[in-house]
Amino acid sequence: MANKYKEILIDPILKNNPITLQVLGICSALAVTTKMETAVVMALSVTLVTAFSSYFVSLIRNHIPSSVRILVEMTIIASLVIIADQLIKAYAYNISKQLSVYVGLIITNCIVMGRTEGYALKNPPVESFLDGIGNGMGYAVILLTVGFLRELLGAGKFFGITILPLTTDGGWYQANGLMLLAPSAFFLIAMFIWVLRTFYPEQVEEE
Amino acid sequence: MLEHYLSLFIKSIFIENMALAFFLGMCTFLAVSKKVDTSIGLGIAVIFVQVITVPVNNLIYQNVLKEGALAWAGLEGVDLTFLGLITYIGVIAAIVQVLEMILDKYVPSLYNSLGIFLPLITVNCAILAGSLFMVERNYDFGESIVYGFGSGFGWALAIVALAGVREKMKYSNVPKGLRGLGITFITAGLMAMAFMLFSGIKL
Repeated sequence: MANKYKEILIDPILKNNPITLQVLGICSALAVTTKMETAVVMALSVTLVTAFSSYFVSLIRNHIPSSVRILVEMTIIASLVIIADQLIKAYAYNISKQLSVYVGLIITNCIVMGRTEGYALKNPPVESFLDGIGNGMGYAVILLTVGFLRELLGAGKFFGITILPLTTDGGWYQANGLMLLAPSAFFLIAMFIWVLRTFYPEQVEEE
Repeated sequence: MLEHYLSLFIKSIFIENMALAFFLGMCTFLAVSKKVDTSIGLGIAVIFVQVITVPVNNLIYQNVLKEGALAWAGLEGVDLTFLGLITYIGVIAAIVQVLEMILDKYVPSLYNSLGIFLPLITVNCAILAGSLFMVERNYDFGESIVYGFGSGFGWALAIVALAGVREKMKYSNVPKGLRGLGITFITAGLMAMAFMLFSGIKL
C-alpha cells in the first residue's frame, strides 16, 4: 500500500511529467520563469491548487452528473484559485504584481483540469490528493530548472543575489540578454525534453 | 477615435500576440497544431468566442464587480473584484455551451467543423486571459470588442503559422529525443523571436 502511494507521488516527476509528456500547463511554465522568486510562488500555488481540487472533486465524484461535471470542476478550481490569489496578494504583494494575470490563469492551467478530469473522477480522495501533489511537483521541477537557468544566465543572479558579477558592474560575466526574453523558455524546455527522452527512450514520439 | 481602435487592433494582433508574446493558450497551441485545416477551425472558434466573451465580461465588470459599480442599487463602496475570476470563467463556460447549442441548431455545417473544438476552448487560457487583460488595462466597452477580436485573431494567426511549419517538418530528419513535442517547442521559440521584431513598434 505504501509503495503504491509512493508511486503515485513520484511517477509524475520525471517518468510521466505533466509538461514534457502530457503537454499540460505550458503557458505559465513559459511566462513566469524569468526569475526564481516568481517561479517558486507559481509552482507552490499550482501544486496546492491541483492537490486540493483533485481531493474535493474526488470526494464528490459519485454525486456529479457527467453532463455538468466540467462546470462543477471549474467552480471548485476557481474558488481555490481565488483563495490562492488573495493569499499571494496579502503576503507577497510585489510578486503578485509581477505574476499579474498568471495567477488567475491557474484556473485554465490544463494540469489542474487534466488531473481532475483524468484521475480524480475515477479514484478515491487520498490517491487523488497525492496525484495532485505529484503532478504539481513535476510541474515545479520544470519551472524551477528553467527559472534557475534563466535568472542565472540572463541576470547573473539567484533569488536576486548576485552569483556571477556582470561586466556592467565591473565583474567578468557578460549577461546573456536572450535568456530574459520570451523565446529562451521555449528552447530551454525543448532541451529539457531532449535530455529526459534520452534517459527514458520509451517517451520518444513516433511520427 | 477610429485611429485609436485601429492601433489597439494592430497592437493586440502583432505586438501583444497572445500565443507568441504572452504564451497563452499554449497547451492547445502545441497539441492541435499538427494540421493546417484543424488549426484554422480552432482559430476561427477562438476568434468567435473571444469576440463575445471579452465584451460580455467587460459589461459585467464595469456594471457589477468594479469598486463602487453597485452604487445604482444603493450599495455604495461595495467592491466585488475578488469574485472576478469565478465570474469570468463561469461566463466563458456558459457562453461556450450556448454557442455550441446555437450552432448545432442553426448552422450545422459550421457546428460540424468547429464542434469538437468548442469544449476545448473553455480551458484555453487565451480566452480567460483576454478577459483578465481587459480588466487589468481598464478597457471600455468599444475597446473590449476590438481587443477581443484582435487578440483572438492574433492567436489564430500564430497557430495556423505553426501548423504550416509543422506540416513541412515531416520531411526533415529530427534527432530522436526531439521528435514531436521537442522540435515544436523550438519552432515556436523561433517564431516568438520573429514576433519580437514587432515589439519596438510604438502605436
